[in-house]
Amino acid sequence: MSTLPAITVSKLSKTYIVPVREAGVKAALRSVFHRRKEEIKAVDGISFNLAPGEIVGFLGPNGAGKTTTLKMLSGLLHPTAGEVAVLGHVPWKREKAFLRQITLVMGQRNQLVWDIPAADTFELNRAIFRIPQADFRRTVDELSELLELGPLLRKPVRNLSLGERMKCEIAAALLHRPQVVFLDEPTIGLDVLMQRRIRTFILEYNRRYGATILLTSHYMADVEAMARRVIVIHRGKLLFDGELADLVRRFTAHKTIVVQLGDCLADLKAYGEVVSCEDGRTTLRVPKAETARVTERLLADLPVIDLTVEDPPIEEVIERVFTQGSA
Amino acid sequence: MRDLPQIYAQQFKTSLAMMLQYRASLVIWLIAHVLEPLIFLVVWSAVSRSSGGSVGGYAAADFAAYFIVLMLVNHVTYTWVMYEYEYEVRHGTLSFALLKPLHPIHSNIADNVSSKLLTLPGMAVVAVILALIFRPVFHLELWALAAFIPALFLAFLVRFLMEWMLALAAFWTTRVSAVNQVYFVVALFLSGQLAPIALLPLPVRVAAFILPFRWTVGFPVELILGKLTPMQALTGIAVQLVWLGLCLLLLRVVWRAGLRVYSAVGA
Repeated sequence: MSTLPAITVSKLSKTYIVPVREAGVKAALRSVFHRRKEEIKAVDGISFNLAPGEIVGFLGPNGAGKTTTLKMLSGLLHPTAGEVAVLGHVPWKREKAFLRQITLVMGQRNQLVWDIPAADTFELNRAIFRIPQADFRRTVDELSELLELGPLLRKPVRNLSLGERMKCEIAAALLHRPQVVFLDEPTIGLDVLMQRRIRTFILEYNRRYGATILLTSHYMADVEAMARRVIVIHRGKLLFDGELADLVRRFTAHKTIVVQLGDCLADLKAYGEVVSCEDGRTTLRVPKAETARVTERLLADLPVIDLTVEDPPIEEVIERVFTQGSA
Repeated sequence: MRDLPQIYAQQFKTSLAMMLQYRASLVIWLIAHVLEPLIFLVVWSAVSRSSGGSVGGYAAADFAAYFIVLMLVNHVTYTWVMYEYEYEVRHGTLSFALLKPLHPIHSNIADNVSSKLLTLPGMAVVAVILALIFRPVFHLELWALAAFIPALFLAFLVRFLMEWMLALAAFWTTRVSAVNQVYFVVALFLSGQLAPIALLPLPVRVAAFILPFRWTVGFPVELILGKLTPMQALTGIAVQLVWLGLCLLLLRVVWRAGLRVYSAVGA
């Protein structure tokens, strides 16, 4: 790839200073005169690059530093140390040329004005972002079609369902056709159907406009569907940066073997760790290197009706990444 | 900057649409704005009647004129940015404003002005009704009327910028309402909302001259009621201009400092 990265992050750190206070009257009184402060390293020296047009999943448990990182990348937070360039700009300088090219969607917050229809907020954004009238019309039409907004735009936002509101939020954030899109939990609280629709939409936006997208999500399905590359952070530190498939390979020492027998009577402990048995289907966890041998033995020893070998679910992989990372 | 008129026009439309959604609260708000000067008007009229028809040169009809005009002037210069920033900082919605390529003060101003445009006719009707009841006496002079317009405009600007900076206290403390309480009590005294400044003891009058409060409410009222000499009027406008310059100078500094705190702590 000869093109310059859209986003460069180098040794980025953010330390919050928070007051600590123990419970109880005595401690409360003491804190009046003497505030104890504690430093919390939310982000601790992470580095990565994003190429233009790339979609990357940003993973980590609650409090890992994902949102803090996204806020630094979008210019809302000043880092404690490190450097960031987004489309050649230093985000926290908040230059207009920078703000015109990026967007941040926060699944748990809304920018739409609560009491009026989303269409009115769209018009306000048009004026603020100086979007030419013709471009604006075209973008609204396209977004309406892709997200099936239609009549939603004319209803006061407070009368919309969570999913409907989220669709309008996303549209409002993309009216100026940002080249860099930060999505923080865009599908949180939505039902499966709505999650899928939003995923499809994000992929389509990326395809049409070649936008660079960095997204966080709690739903692994989001990440699997949208991002080939993932960046995993935990306790502010970068644990993994690479293809999702590699992550699975790297962090799973086990495979899952599902054996279908007539019943659950047979004791399969000798073959591996028994995870569960239901309706004669036994799930075994087996070290990766021994998978072939165990499979062979199972087939030889038992009246097997069916047998499958699977990678563990991605959630489990991630869990392993986190537990290993903290060990 | 050349796009500002368009942005303001759009913000007007949005603000109007928002306010029209809450017609009932508009009426309640209007009543609150009428009640306060009305109470002072009734009290001071009673005081002047019981002390032989006049207090410090103000007869009942003068008090009526003073408080009716004060009600209108106070309405024009009034802001609610303190409440807004307290909410926006606490709930983190300010972040959305910071993601936009426009200084947030513009939408605050547009919001304020559009709301005034919507409520001013209502206030005018109330003022006429109060005038019919309390029979105020006006001594209108043409030069005073002419000076009143820039004085009112400057009063609005100074008060808006001052309270906007005060609103930024939300960046430093979560107890903005305590800051507001102190501000409102001081302003009530020194702006002329409680009583005409001329009736207050000398130290208070001196404080009122030095501090900005009188220049944001009381001064335009005194001016249009003919209580000031042309010299005093000019001095007043000059003082307003000094405050305006000071506010504009401070605004950038306070905003930058506030943003640094906000972007260090996050929301």
